[in-house]
Amino acid sequence: MLDTQPDEGYTTADGRKIGGVAMEMKNITLRFGGVVAIKDISFDIRWGEVRAIIGPNGAGKSSMLNVISGFYNPQEGEVIYKGYRRPRMRPYQVARTGIARTFQNIALFEGMSVLDNIMTGRLNHMKANIFQQAMWWGKAQKEEEENREKVEKVIDFLEIQHIRKTPVARLPYGLKKRVELARALAAEPSILLLDEPMAGMNVEEKEDMCRFILDVNDEFGTTIVLIEHDMGVVMDLSDRVVVMDYGKKIGDGTPDEVRNNEEVIKAYLGVTDD
Amino acid sequence: MPDTLLFAMEAAANGLTAGVMYALVALGFVLIFKASGIFNFSQGVMALFAALTLVGLQSGQIPFAHLINAIFGTRLHYFGFTLPTLAAIAGTVVVMIVFAWLVERYIFRHLVNQEPIILFMATIGLAYFLEGLGDLMWGAEVKRLDVGIPQGMSLAVDETTFNWFGYGFYMDTLELWAALIAAILVGALVVFSQYTKQGRALRAVADDHQAALSVGISLRFIWVLVWSLAGIVALVAGMMWGAKSGVQFSLSLIALKALPVLILGGFTSIPGAIVGGLIIGVGEKLFDFFMGPLIGGATENWFAYMLALVFLLFRPQGLFGEKIIERV
Ligand SMILES: Nc1ncnc2c1ncn2[C@@H]1O[C@H](COP(=O)(O)OP(=O)(O)O)[C@@H](O)[C@H]1O
Ligand SMILES: [Mg+2]
Repeated sequence: MLDTQPDEGYTTADGRKIGGVAMEMKNITLRFGGVVAIKDISFDIRWGEVRAIIGPNGAGKSSMLNVISGFYNPQEGEVIYKGYRRPRMRPYQVARTGIARTFQNIALFEGMSVLDNIMTGRLNHMKANIFQQAMWWGKAQKEEEENREKVEKVIDFLEIQHIRKTPVARLPYGLKKRVELARALAAEPSILLLDEPMAGMNVEEKEDMCRFILDVNDEFGTTIVLIEHDMGVVMDLSDRVVVMDYGKKIGDGTPDEVRNNEEVIKAYLGVTDD
Repeated sequence: MPDTLLFAMEAAANGLTAGVMYALVALGFVLIFKASGIFNFSQGVMALFAALTLVGLQSGQIPFAHLINAIFGTRLHYFGFTLPTLAAIAGTVVVMIVFAWLVERYIFRHLVNQEPIILFMATIGLAYFLEGLGDLMWGAEVKRLDVGIPQGMSLAVDETTFNWFGYGFYMDTLELWAALIAAILVGALVVFSQYTKQGRALRAVADDHQAALSVGISLRFIWVLVWSLAGIVALVAGMMWGAKSGVQFSLSLIALKALPVLILGGFTSIPGAIVGGLIIGVGEKLFDFFMGPLIGGATENWFAYMLALVFLLFRPQGLFGEKIIERV
């Protein structure tokens, strides 16, 4: 049970260390006009874990991710990050606090090459001033080399060397998803938000993506919040799962706990109360 | 060498210097359009306003003097001191950056996600506002602008070409300087957009707002940045044209010259603006040289627009613009 977990974390069955609470969502309510996309939801995210958000279409999963990344501002509730209440922030400010994301409907720079796309992930790590950069002076040069190195690592890691110079617009869907992940990873985020990273992929691509996500979490210790449709995938990947339905939280716990939850089963099997 | 060829070369050389200036003005448009999808109708008036401010600072004019005098019955006009040209230029740059910030803060921040036509209309309003503000601040009379660049025939060019070809080309010193300064500025803008963090961020914003936000780019900062750059471009254009033919309302019409350049080069392409500017500059001089005598001269007034029209018919996306593909 969650309540009994000590705050400093625990160790998973496969030996990964899960830390204390990184982020806490407290009584979040988000409305669009009359539509209530999120209804008074609370949950937390621990350092180093893979936290999944699942639920049927329109449940409010993407909205929740958008709240975390600052794209949406909830009408009620608060976000506690690293122990402090987060003030209302714009998305770019949230990104600068070490939170990177991908989008359900891929948002890449279509006019740029794969390499340039991933380089934009490093923008917040560039500190040299504009003249140093333009003149390729001292600090700028060193920084650029470091950034390139980091980007090359990500490219190797995600096995996309063969497309590094390709304009993104020409890539097939599955590879675009991978490039988007690469751009997010290049930022070396503390928390990585993935909105349906496997949607629309074939079986082989899905397997690759699963492996990448697990490796990212394992090798870099990155905390991952993941939205996924496919129950099977979620069960394999995640440490803890939040289940949403019609904007409400109907379940929260380990995959096993969630799988055996009455309400969750109903929502997923489409059983209605009579 | 036959005389006709030499004359044509002379025309082409003069066309190049004009072309660099066209490219510069077009770049002002491209920067803003790329980053925000706004076609900035006020670009020409910005050049006028920048030139007025430059003259005003240089000559120590008191801003809003007419207004103050009308209200308080005073007879203020000048502070009584003058600023060196470089200081006045620096001051004008500051004014243009403040202007950029105000434009973002009080106009476009409130028009996020509006249709392009709404944004365009806002810039029309801005153009008239700025025109009025320029008059009110600095007075409506025609002003002489001297930035210390000599005018008239360049003896160096005359001599060199005479030594090479036995015929001295006529080129205006001021235009040569203008072309040189414009070329440096164009080069700086290219380096900026290709090789700096802010340039990369600018290209990112131009491509996808959501994605840009997600990697930590502030859209507002980029918008203030592009408007500032467009303001600096306007200053240089206003300065050069103003030095040549005085600072007056007609200066704001230089923007019209940029339109055909944009149609040729594409609205979103920096190399397009450069090549387009050069083609139009050289093209109009050569066309006038060869065809002018046959069809009664003054072809420079309409050649650029005709060329643009031909492009619209056969290559609407411009030389470097992405091919427009209808998705069905
Ligand atoms: N920007 C928006 N404007 C209006 N309604 C929205 C917006 N984003 C989401 N919604 C609504 O919120 C609800 C939840 O949507 P979403 O979070 O995308 O669900 P999910 O990702 O779980 O499929 C839906 O009813 C959707 O129409
Ligand atoms: Mg969704």
